[in-house]
Amino acid sequence: MAEKSTVNAPMPGVFYRQSDPEDPPFVEEGDTVEEGDTVGLIEVMKNFHEVEADGAGTVAAFLVENEGEVTADQPVVELE
Amino acid sequence: MITIQAGGVASTVQDDGRTGHYHIGMPPSGAMDPYAHAVANTLVGNDEGAATVEMTYQGVTATFDEDAVIAVTGADMSPVVNDDPIRMWEAVAVEAGDELDMGFATSGARAYLGVAGGIDVPEVMGSRATYTLVGIGGHEGRELEAGDELPVGTAGEESADRVGSACPAESIPAYADEETVRIVLGLTDYRLTEESRTELCTAEWTVSPEADRVGYRLKGPDIEFEEREQPFGAGPDPSNVVDLGYPVGSIQVPQKPIVLMQDAVTGGGYATVGTVISADRGRLAQRQTHDAVYFEAVDVEAALAAREEKAERLAAVRDHVG
Repeated sequence: MAEKSTVNAPMPGVFYRQSDPEDPPFVEEGDTVEEGDTVGLIEVMKNFHEVEADGAGTVAAFLVENEGEVTADQPVVELE
Repeated sequence: MITIQAGGVASTVQDDGRTGHYHIGMPPSGAMDPYAHAVANTLVGNDEGAATVEMTYQGVTATFDEDAVIAVTGADMSPVVNDDPIRMWEAVAVEAGDELDMGFATSGARAYLGVAGGIDVPEVMGSRATYTLVGIGGHEGRELEAGDELPVGTAGEESADRVGSACPAESIPAYADEETVRIVLGLTDYRLTEESRTELCTAEWTVSPEADRVGYRLKGPDIEFEEREQPFGAGPDPSNVVDLGYPVGSIQVPQKPIVLMQDAVTGGGYATVGTVISADRGRLAQRQTHDAVYFEAVDVEAALAAREEKAERLAAVRDHVG
């Protein structure tokens, strides 16, 4: 069984999986990510802030849907 | 000198505001939570109006080019110096080369970094506060970013003695519980329907992701206005009035309430149906996106008493540490 970890929201706001509705998502389930890769955006105070993976792994699941509201420190992506 | 390694989300230099220019459309700017700002200065032996670094949701990473006495107050952002946690609401000594790393806010929204001597950026119109909308004050009129160098003023001789002195526990706000803010109804609350006037003070409002230093935009039930024939000069929308000045803290209702904050728009044509009292504006500024807010209507005497009480609370902290 692979070890699981989560990427948590660094701030409250609205979570986006892609930078533009026309663009593909930054990552999909099953994709591998490296530390520092962008997995989503959080909009707060009219600005968009990148959510970066804090370790390498495979995206196991999204814990928040696109355009879902997140609170600070809420897990948004599960890695394994 | 303090060198910024990472700017955080929206970090700016702020002081106690640029007062006296509101009539020409210049808002005060200054710290969104004046109490936490003043305590940060008090702890390090500064005048309460000295400039601090205000950080929102996520703090800065910064290195100190010389020994300094610092204090971090406001929202809990789990600060560490060289990877060792430091206590908030307490004066702490740092040495040349030390790195301060702030995390993200787990309780409250805004933290303040006070440094003995104050952040010594040039004054613009009598203040060091940053007003980003027109790009004046603070550090180059903008939010801090990696590579910025902030000058620090000369520390008072007593600042070294302050190391270890802390704000009394009972004077540290519990931001997570502070969901009620007091308002004085008016100037134009008579424009609301009876039901909406009641609802304004009973409904649960939540802070929207757009809430910032200009205004706190809130989500909640629809607010309705009494129907009337709009006077000449007012726009066609029921929420429009002939132009008026917007007090800082005033609640305007384009559709949903917006509470004007330190970087307020100073006037315009929306009905302002109430005003958050000055003593509670900092409390509102510490509400995070999605947090609940309730309004409680009070009269002007109660608002002035609350202001007095806040000043006494600050004086008590000052007496305690110094």
